[in-house]
Amino acid sequence: MISSFPAEFCVFVLGIILLLADSFFEKIDKRILAYIAISWLGIFLVAVCFIPLSPLWPVPFGFYETDDLARVFKGFALVATILTLILSLEYAPVVERLIPGSRPGAGLSEYFILPVFTCAGLMWMASAADFVMIFCALELVTISFYIQVAYTRRSMASLEAGTKYLILGALSTGFLVYGITWIYGMTGQTALGGISFVLGNVPVASQTALLFGIGLVLVALGFKVAAAPFQFWVPDVYQGAPTPTTAFLSTASKAAGFVVLMRVIEPFLVAPAIGAKLISALSLLAGLTLIYGNLAALPQTNLKRLLGYSSIAHAGYLLIGVASVGSAFAGRAVVFYLFGYLLMTFLAFLVLIPVAKAAGGDDISHFNGLARRSPSLAFFLLISMLSLAGLPFTVGFLGKFFIFESAIQQQHLVLVALGVITVACGFYYYLKVVRAMYWQAPPEDAAPIKVSALTRFTAAFLTAAILILGVYPAPLLRLLP
Amino acid sequence: MSPLLPLILLPIVGAAFILIGSGARFTALVASATSLLFSLVLLASYQFGGDQPYQFVHSWPIIPAMGISLTLGADGLSLVMLLLTSLVTLAAVAVARTPEKSPHWFYASLLFISAGGLGAFASIDLFFFYMFHELALIPTFLLIGIWGSGDRQAAAWKATIYLALGSFVLLLGLIGLYLIQPDGMRTFDLRAIIGLADAGFLPEANWVYLLLLVGFGILVSLFPFHTWAPQAYASAPAPAAMLHAGVLKKFGLYGLIRIAAPIFPDTVLNGFVAIPMPFGCHPVEIGLANLLLILLIGNILYVGYVTTAQRKLDLMLGYSSVMHMGYIFLGFAAMNALSLTGASILLFAHGLSIAALFALSGEIRERTGTLDFSELGGLAKPMPAFGLLFGFAAFAAIGLPGFVGFAGEILVFFGAFVGGDLLMGVTATGKEIFQLNNFQVATVCAAWGVVISALYMLRAYRRIFFGPLSDRWAGLPEISGPARVAIVALIVVMLVTGFFPGLLIKLIESAAI
Repeated sequence: MISSFPAEFCVFVLGIILLLADSFFEKIDKRILAYIAISWLGIFLVAVCFIPLSPLWPVPFGFYETDDLARVFKGFALVATILTLILSLEYAPVVERLIPGSRPGAGLSEYFILPVFTCAGLMWMASAADFVMIFCALELVTISFYIQVAYTRRSMASLEAGTKYLILGALSTGFLVYGITWIYGMTGQTALGGISFVLGNVPVASQTALLFGIGLVLVALGFKVAAAPFQFWVPDVYQGAPTPTTAFLSTASKAAGFVVLMRVIEPFLVAPAIGAKLISALSLLAGLTLIYGNLAALPQTNLKRLLGYSSIAHAGYLLIGVASVGSAFAGRAVVFYLFGYLLMTFLAFLVLIPVAKAAGGDDISHFNGLARRSPSLAFFLLISMLSLAGLPFTVGFLGKFFIFESAIQQQHLVLVALGVITVACGFYYYLKVVRAMYWQAPPEDAAPIKVSALTRFTAAFLTAAILILGVYPAPLLRLLP
Repeated sequence: MSPLLPLILLPIVGAAFILIGSGARFTALVASATSLLFSLVLLASYQFGGDQPYQFVHSWPIIPAMGISLTLGADGLSLVMLLLTSLVTLAAVAVARTPEKSPHWFYASLLFISAGGLGAFASIDLFFFYMFHELALIPTFLLIGIWGSGDRQAAAWKATIYLALGSFVLLLGLIGLYLIQPDGMRTFDLRAIIGLADAGFLPEANWVYLLLLVGFGILVSLFPFHTWAPQAYASAPAPAAMLHAGVLKKFGLYGLIRIAAPIFPDTVLNGFVAIPMPFGCHPVEIGLANLLLILLIGNILYVGYVTTAQRKLDLMLGYSSVMHMGYIFLGFAAMNALSLTGASILLFAHGLSIAALFALSGEIRERTGTLDFSELGGLAKPMPAFGLLFGFAAFAAIGLPGFVGFAGEILVFFGAFVGGDLLMGVTATGKEIFQLNNFQVATVCAAWGVVISALYMLRAYRRIFFGPLSDRWAGLPEISGPARVAIVALIVVMLVTGFFPGLLIKLIESAAI
C-alpha cells in the first residue's frame, strides 16, 4: 500500500526512461513511446486522484504545498499532457516532414518526450510555495517550451515563433527574478507563508519598494498567462508553433501561471493597503486583457491565430475571477473555468489538426463546408466554439457564470459590464468558424479527411464532457478545493 | 418524475433521430404532433383551484451549494405558453418545405427551437429558464444563415449578436436577483424568491430590475433595441420566423410578467434610477415606469409608422411584430390584475396571428418569388381561399372583435387606463380615474396604434389580393395540403379563444402572478 505519491518524481523518471528507451531501441516505431507515455501518465492521473501527495524530498516547511489546489492542478497538468500527446500522434507526419533527418522517424521521439518533462515542471509549479521553487519550476516549463515551439526546424514560422518566445520569455524571467529580490529585500523572506507572516506582524519599511517588487512579479506572470499589455508574443507564437505545442502552451502553461498567480497574491492580501492596490492592478489587467483580446480577435481569418487571441480573451475572464478573490467562490470559479477551457481548447485543436492536414492550411476558409465533408468533426468543432463563446448547456457558460457571480459579489461592476460586452464580441468571432462550416459550400476539390480512431474517440469524449459538465457540473465542482 | 420532462425531451429526441438518419419531415411531424397532444393532455389534467398553482413539479438538484436545480413545473400561464409553443411548432413543421440543402439539419433546428421554448416555459428554476431559452439561439442562427433569403448573412449576424448581448445582460440581472437575497437563503427557484420578496427579505434593487428590463427588452425587441428583429424575420425561412416571432420572442415578456411583476411590483411602478452628473450637479432621476412607458410608445407609434412605410410584406410583418410587443409591455407596465391578464392573453394571441401571417407570407414567396407590393396584386382571383385566410389572419393581428387578440387588447387598455393599483369601480370614483396621468396618456397613444395597424394591414391586403391581376400570377395554385390545414387550425384556435376568452382567463387567473 502506497501511503503517499511523489507525483513529479514519477513523471520525471518516466521521461528519463523514455529517453533511454529511445536511444537503446533505435529501430522501433517512435509512436510506441507516445503510447507508453500516455498510458503511464494515465496511471499517474488515477494515482493523483486517489493517493495523497508526498513531497519530492524532505524539504523545509513552507517550500512545497500538498493542498487540494496543488492536487487538482497536478491532475490538470497530467490531463493536458495526455491530450497533447494524442494531438502529437495526429500531428506526427507534419513533424516528420519538417525535421531534416537521415532515417524515418528521426526527431519524432523527442517531440513525444519533451511534453513529459514539461508536465513534471507544471506539477512542481502547482505545489511551489516559495519564490525560489516557483522560479525553478517555471524555468523548467519555459525552457522545455522554447524547444517545443521551435521544434519543426524547416518551418520558418516555427523558428520565428521560437525566437520570439525565447527573447520575451527571457525578458519576463528577468522581471520575475528582479521582483523576487525586491520582495525579499523588503520582507526578508522568499517563502509565501513567511511573507504572509511578516506582513501580518511587522510594518514594512517601504511600501513603495514592496509594491515595486510585486509589480515586477505581476509583469512576469502577466507574460505567462498572456494578459494585456504583456500579450504581444501570443498571436505569432501560437500561429507559428507546431499545433500540439500551441494547444499545450495555451492551456497548461496558462493554467500554471494562474495557479502561481493565485498563490502569489494570497500573502499580500494580509495587508489591506497592499491588497487593495494589488486587486486594482489585477482589475486593470483584466479590463485591458478583455478589451484587447476580444477586439483583436474580431478581424482574424486564421483559426490558429484566432485561438491565440481567444486565449488572451479567456485570460481576461480568468483575471476577473482572480481579482474577485475576496469572494469565497472565486478560487473555485477560476479553477472550474480553467478546466472548461482545457476541454474546449483541446477539442478545437483535435479537429483543427486533421482538417488542416487535409485542406493544406488552417485558415477559417479551409473549414468551408466541413459540415458536409465530415459532419462529426464539424459537430465537435461546433460544440467547442459554442462553449468558447459561452453558450448555455456547455461548460464554457457555467465558467463565465461563476466568474460573473463572484465579480458582482465583489462589486467589480465595470469589469462585469466589460465582460458582457466582450462576450457579445466573442459570439461574432467564434460563430465565424461555425458559419464557414455550416453556411459555406465546400471547395470542389476537397480531399477526404482522415482521422485516427484515437483522435475521434478523444474528440467525442471531450464533446460529451463539455455538454455533460455544462448541465451537471457537480462532479467537477466536488473535486475542487 | 414530472410529465414535463418528456415533453421537453420529445423534440430533442426527434432531432437526434433526424440527425441519425430517419426521415426528416416525417419524424419532425410525428414529434411535434405528439408534443401538441401531450400538452393538451397536460392542460386537461391541470387541476384548478388547488392550493399550489404550480403542478407537475419535480426537481433535480444540479448545484445544491448555489441553489440551482432543474425544477420543472407548470401553472396556468405556463400551460398556455406550452400550448402555444407546441401548436406553432406543429404548424411551422407542417408549413415547411423540405429544402434541398441539408434537410436533416433544417428540421432538427426547428425542433431544437421548439425544445428551447418548451423548456423555458416549463422551468420554475430561473437558471434553467434562462439556459433553455439560449438553446434556441444557434438553431436560429443556422436557419437564417443557411436557408434564409435576401441579405440573410447580415440579418443572422445582427440578430445573433443582439440576442447574445441581451441574454448576457439578462444573466447579470438574474445573478443580481440571486445576490440580493439574504446569504444562506439564496436560490434560483422562482417560488422561493417570490416567497422572500413577499416576506420583505429582498432589498430595493432598482438596478436589478433595470438589468432584467434591458435584457428581456433586447430579446423582445423593445424600442430602441428592436432593429435586429424585422430584418431577421424578413430573411428567415417561414417556419423559423413563425417559431421565433410567434414563440421565442414571447420569452422576454413572459419573463417580465413572471419574474419582475411579482418580485418588484413597487419598483416597476415607483422605482427610479439616478444618473450621476459631472461637475457636482444634482444627479438626474428617471422614473422607471415613465422610462418604460416612453419606450413602449416608441414601439407602438414610432415602429408603427415605420411599418406603414414598408414596401415589402416580409419586412412589414417583421416591423408589425415589433410594434405589437408595445401593447404587451403596456400591460406589464400598468401592473394590475386586469392589464397583466390582458398581456398574458396577448402573448398567446400575437403568437398565433404572427405565425399564421408569416406562414402565409412564406407561401406567397414560394409561389411568386417576391413579396414586393408593387409587383403583386389581384391574387385573390386565382387563390380565393388563400385571400380569405390572409384576411382572417390580418384581422386577427389588428385585433378585431371575435379574435382572441381583441380580448387581450381590451383588457390591456382598460387595465392600463386605470393604471397602478386602483381598483376600478370599487375604490375609485370617475373623477379619480380620469386624471390623465402618464399611464392614461400612454394608453391613448397605444389605442392609436390599433388604427395604425389597421392601416398597414388593410393596405397590404389590398395591394396583394385586390386590384388588377398581372398575367404573371394568373395561374398561381391555391393553398392546399398541410399548409392549409395548419393555417386553418391556427385561425380556428384564435376564433374559438376569441369568442370564449374565459377559457384562457381561467387558466391565467390560476397562475402565480
